[in-house]
Amino acid sequence: MLYREAGDFKTSYGADNQTFPIRFDRYGYYFVLGFAFLVVPLFINDYWANSIVVPFLIYTIAALGLNILIGYCGQLSLGTGAFMAVGAYGSYKLMTAFPDLNIVFVIILAGFVTAGVGVLFGLPSLRIKGFYLAVATLAAQFFLIWLFTRQPWFYNYSPTGMISAPTREVFGVAVTGPRASAVAMYMICLCFLVSLAWLARNLTRGMLGRQWMAIRDMDIAAEIIGVNPLMAKLTAFAVSSFFVGISGALLFTVYLGAAEAGEAFGIDKSFLVLFMVIIGGLGSIFGAFAGAAFLIVGPVMLKLLLVNTLGWPTDLAAHLEIMIIGALIIVFLIVEPHGIAALWRTIKEKLRLWPFPY
Amino acid sequence: MPDTLLFAMEATLNGLTAGVMYALVALGFVLIFKASGIFNFAQGVLALFAALTLVGFQSGQIPFSHLINAMFGTRLHHFGWNMPTLLAIPATIAVMILLAILIERYILKHLVNQEPIILFMATIGLAYFLEGFGDIMWGAEVKALDVGLPKGMSGAVDDMTFAWFGYGFYIDRLELWAAGIAAILVASLTIFSQYTKQGRALRAVADDHQAALSVGISLRFIWVLTWSIAGIVALVAGIMWGSKSGVQFSLSLIALKALPVLILGGFTSIPGAIVGGLIIGVGEKLFDFFMQPVIGGATENWFAYMLALVFLLFRPQGLFGERIIERV
Repeated sequence: MLYREAGDFKTSYGADNQTFPIRFDRYGYYFVLGFAFLVVPLFINDYWANSIVVPFLIYTIAALGLNILIGYCGQLSLGTGAFMAVGAYGSYKLMTAFPDLNIVFVIILAGFVTAGVGVLFGLPSLRIKGFYLAVATLAAQFFLIWLFTRQPWFYNYSPTGMISAPTREVFGVAVTGPRASAVAMYMICLCFLVSLAWLARNLTRGMLGRQWMAIRDMDIAAEIIGVNPLMAKLTAFAVSSFFVGISGALLFTVYLGAAEAGEAFGIDKSFLVLFMVIIGGLGSIFGAFAGAAFLIVGPVMLKLLLVNTLGWPTDLAAHLEIMIIGALIIVFLIVEPHGIAALWRTIKEKLRLWPFPY
Repeated sequence: MPDTLLFAMEATLNGLTAGVMYALVALGFVLIFKASGIFNFAQGVLALFAALTLVGFQSGQIPFSHLINAMFGTRLHHFGWNMPTLLAIPATIAVMILLAILIERYILKHLVNQEPIILFMATIGLAYFLEGFGDIMWGAEVKALDVGLPKGMSGAVDDMTFAWFGYGFYIDRLELWAAGIAAILVASLTIFSQYTKQGRALRAVADDHQAALSVGISLRFIWVLTWSIAGIVALVAGIMWGSKSGVQFSLSLIALKALPVLILGGFTSIPGAIVGGLIIGVGEKLFDFFMQPVIGGATENWFAYMLALVFLLFRPQGLFGERIIERV
C-alpha cells in the first residue's frame, strides 16, 4: 500500500533507464539527499562530525569499493587497509609535490594511483580464487605497509615517520589541516560519497556490473557465454581500489590529518571494512551504507553505554566490543547471509502488502 | 670458512627452528581443512586462547574477574592458589574440547552446505569473538608462560659447532624442544589417523562427506573431534610461542603466517605443513640476512606472503596438495 512498484508507467527509454526507476525510491532518495545537503550542515558540530558523521561517510566509500570486489565480483580481499594507505600516501606525495594542485584533484589522482596498485595485486586473481586469493591480498597488506613505514621516500624523510596533511582550500574554505571546520569536512566527504555511490550504482547495473556478477556466480560458465575474465576481474580490482584509495585519501587528509601507516591502516582496518560489507549485505549498494553506519555508530553507542553510563573501564568495553562484533558476524552469516540490506528488502515486502496482508 | 657463510648457516638453523613453530600452527589448519573443508582463520586465536587459559589455570586467576569487578564493584583477581602444570594442561584440554563442542553446535551445524568463502568469513568472526572473549575472561596484559621447558642458549649445539667451525651457533633450547614435540605430534597424528577407528572415520569424511554419511559415520561427531584435535594442536603451539615471547595478542598475528606456509605446502597435506613451515622459516631468515643492507630490515613481515604469492602463480595446489580439478 505504502510502497508500490506497480502503476509507475514510463513513456520513454530515458525514464526507464534512470538511476531509480521506481517513483517511491526516487522520492526517498531526493529526500535523503536534501536532508544530507541542506539540513545536516545546519546542525553539525565538531563532536558529531568527528565521532560519527565523517568516519561514516569515509568508511562508506571504502565499503562501497570492497563490496564491488567481494559482493559483485566474488573476489575476497584482505588488503583493504593497505589500499587505503596507498590512497593516503599517494595524496600526501601529490600534495607535497604539487602544492598548487586543488585538493579535489589530488584525492581523485590518489584514487587512480591506488587503482593501478590494485590491478597489480589483482593479477594473481586470474589464476587463483577463494581463500588462496585472500592470502595473496594479505601479501599486499603486509608488503605495502612495510614499504610505507620503512622506505623514507614515502613519508618525505620526516623524522617521526608520520605524514601530516597541510592546509588546503576548496573555494577559499579550508577543508584539510587544523583550520578545517566541521561543515567543510562534512561537505567534501559528502560530495565524494554521493558522486561515488551514484557511480557505483550505475556501474553495477550496467554491462560491467553484469559481467562481474556472472564471474561471481560461476566463472567458467561466464567465460563460456563470452565474458572476458581478465577484463572483468581486473576492472573490478581497479574500480574497487579506486574507491578504497579515495576513502584512504579522505581519511588521511580530511579526518586524521596525520597518520602512520602501520597504525592507521593495519590489518584491523581491512577486517573492519570487510565486516561492514558482510553485515551490510554482500552485493548491495545500500548494504555498504547500512554496514558502515552499523559499525561506526555501534561502538560509539556501546562506549557511551558502558564507559559513560555504567562507568566500566575503557579496555573492558573495547574487548566486549570486539567480542560483540565477532558474534554479530557469525549471527549475520547464519541468520541473514545477505545482511541488513536483506532485512530492508523484507521490510519493503511487508510495506507493499500493508495494511492488508494475506 | 668465511664468516658470511657461517652467519648464513646460523641464520638457516634459526630459520629451521622458527619454521617448526610456523608448522605447528599450520598443522591445526590442515587438520580442520582436511576434515571439514573449512579454512579455519581462527586457528591462531585458538592458540592464543589456549595459552591464556593455561596461564590462567596455572596462576589461579578467577575467570571474568574484570567483568565481575566492573559489574558489581568487587575486587576479585586470584583464587590464591597455583595449579600444577600437569593438572593445568588437562584442564585446558578439557576447555578446548568444550569449545569445540560449542563451535560445532552453535556455528558449524548451521552453516552446513554453505559456500567455503562464507565458512571462512564465519571463522574470521569466530577469531574476533574468541579474541575479545579471551581478553575478558583472563585479562589482556602480556603474561609469562612457564611450563618447565628449558630455555636459553643450547650449550651442546654451541660446543659442537665451535669444535667444527671455530664459531658457536646460537640456538635456543626451547626451539630444539619445539622441534622434538612437533615431530612427536606429527607421528602421533599420523598413527591416530591410520590405525584407529576414529582416525579412519576422519579420513573418510575428509574424502567424501556424502559417502561417509551413507556408511554411518556421524559428521557432527567427526567435526567435534577435528576441532578438539585442532584445539589441542593450538594448545601445543600456544605453549611453544607463549614460552618464547609471552602470551599476548601478537601470538594470533604470528599465526597468520601459517597461511603462506599452507599455500606452499598444500592445504591438505600434513608433511606439506612441516616442509612449508621450514621453507618459510629458512627463507625469511636468509632473505633478511642478505637483503637487510639493501632494502632495510623487518622484511619478515611480508616475505612469507610474497613468496606464497609468487608460488601461487606457478603451482596453485602447493607442493604436496591434491590437484585442483574443476568441473562445470
